[in-house]
Amino acid sequence: MAGRNPWTPWLWMSPAIILLTAFLVYPVIDTLRRSFLDARSNSWVGFDNYQFIIDNPQTLAANTHSALLNNALWLIAFPLLAVPLGLILAVLTSRVKYEAAAKAGIFIPMAISFVAAGVIWKFMFEFNANIGTVNAVTGGVGLDPTAWLQDRGGLQTWLTDAGPDQWWGPLQINNFALIFVATWMWTGFSLVVLSAGLKSISTEMLEAARVDGATEWQIFRRIIIPVLSPTIAVVTTTLVIQSLKVFDLVWVMSGGRFDTDVVATLFFKQSFIAGHFGIGAALAVVLLLAVVPVMVVSIRRFQFQEETR
Amino acid sequence: MTAVPVSGAPAAPREESNAARRLLTRAPIHIIVIGLVVLWSVPTIALLISSFRDPTAIASSGWWNALTDWDFTLSNYERVLDQRGMGRAFMNSLLIAVPSTLLVLLVASMAAYAIAWMDFKGRNALFLVMVALLVVPLQMTLIPVLRLYNELAIDVEMPIIGGRLFGTSSFAGIWLAHAGYGLPFAIYLLRNFFGSLPRDLFESAYLDGASDAKVFFRIVLPLSTPALAALAIFQFLWVWNDLLVALILLGDPDLAPMTLNITNLVSSFGSQYQLLTAAAFISMAVPLVIFFALQRYFVQGILAGAVKG
Repeated sequence: MAGRNPWTPWLWMSPAIILLTAFLVYPVIDTLRRSFLDARSNSWVGFDNYQFIIDNPQTLAANTHSALLNNALWLIAFPLLAVPLGLILAVLTSRVKYEAAAKAGIFIPMAISFVAAGVIWKFMFEFNANIGTVNAVTGGVGLDPTAWLQDRGGLQTWLTDAGPDQWWGPLQINNFALIFVATWMWTGFSLVVLSAGLKSISTEMLEAARVDGATEWQIFRRIIIPVLSPTIAVVTTTLVIQSLKVFDLVWVMSGGRFDTDVVATLFFKQSFIAGHFGIGAALAVVLLLAVVPVMVVSIRRFQFQEETR
Repeated sequence: MTAVPVSGAPAAPREESNAARRLLTRAPIHIIVIGLVVLWSVPTIALLISSFRDPTAIASSGWWNALTDWDFTLSNYERVLDQRGMGRAFMNSLLIAVPSTLLVLLVASMAAYAIAWMDFKGRNALFLVMVALLVVPLQMTLIPVLRLYNELAIDVEMPIIGGRLFGTSSFAGIWLAHAGYGLPFAIYLLRNFFGSLPRDLFESAYLDGASDAKVFFRIVLPLSTPALAALAIFQFLWVWNDLLVALILLGDPDLAPMTLNITNLVSSFGSQYQLLTAAAFISMAVPLVIFFALQRYFVQGILAGAVKG
């Protein structure tokens, strides 16, 4: 509309701008400010809160079982499990007749809450092998029951009965148990997105490759992976952001106990339980700083998509 | 796997062995797909079966025993529904989720219309800022918002639905908060959809002298039903499944949604699985019904939102 009043777009956007400012922009700025103030946000303390995070073995660095290292483990292990699983399932389900049903089966956990998932998996991980499904299965192959959500031993101690080994850092059984639950919830996401990408590869191209004598592995390696790589990047980015921000699952399942804390649960404990707003805010800023590079990459990719639209 | 035309009799045995070979080479595909689907479904099925078992049976034997020992009861559901205030919590979940969803749909589609079809300075930059807000960890907004709510609280009884007019014991407060948190993704999704509508439609409408409101309600919204449906499902599930926002921003236990109630059940009845499983399944029922009924839209929402962090 050529003769539109210059204020019209702003009028249309004003409810959104007000809500975004109140609930996202203002809180981010306020948290930044608060991270330089004391426990009750009364006086200026400079970088003390950040120094505390660096020094204190209970919070971040200087501890092999630290929240920061746990987050790093999430960041690596979670996408590494969920993306390949989703990719394999996308390729395999595209070749069976019951594709829709199989996808729905994998996808269902996406629809339920972390709270319900927490109940489900507490029940699955129950120590008593008469009740707990996982321990019943591992017991079936002759292994002792494991307290999956409490055991901070490394995977090697579980396999060799060697007792806890600090050197293995965050590679604890309970961390892996939590990451596995996250994988259970999110593989459906990676499957659905990758499967949609797979559908865009023309069947002629695949058939032509087969006629030329390419093996299924070559087709997967030389055609499917390269064509799908932008989609794989989207899925990986999403999962990386998820693993940086992970909170609900850990909170519901272990409450961060037994060295399973991540930065977001520590933030929550400092802010709402210990009541130290300064340290809480500083932890939130650390979290935000970790997410920013991922965000920059996403926006770059988005701008690229816009240009090529 | 193309059928190469072969003429004459000698083809028959070859085709037969081909079919056998094909079945053999395809067997691993079926085994992996079905195996993973079963693995993914077991936890949910275990929960469902257990919720119908007798409390003493749940505490002493695994859910798989119920497959042979056919003995189910509804008593767990009866106990959960009338003793733990779950009925009220179920209503609260609806009272929170439905208005928040409608609010997001309205506010986001207005903003997305302006960004997609009105020319104004800085619209791309503004859109990028809105999308960038996707990655703000929700937890870090809670303290500032909580303070804001305490200052702006309106201590007047709200008719019919209960709670206060505004503040930490009001439905209005949590509607606005969920709307704010949902907006970046909603605007992103709708702006992309609105932007892909044919330009001619808008130009001829504007030439005919149609106002923005008319174009918005008569053209944009009706043509965008799939995107709006996908977004509505996504937002509804997000709010329905939320624990964190309700935990912090709802001070009044009478307004608590199901997720909050179940979390309290978990902490007070940690291993009373008869109550937990039934409660968890009640909370899952709505998402599961929505998922199965509207699976197509749900998947569309996921695909469009592959960048949501």
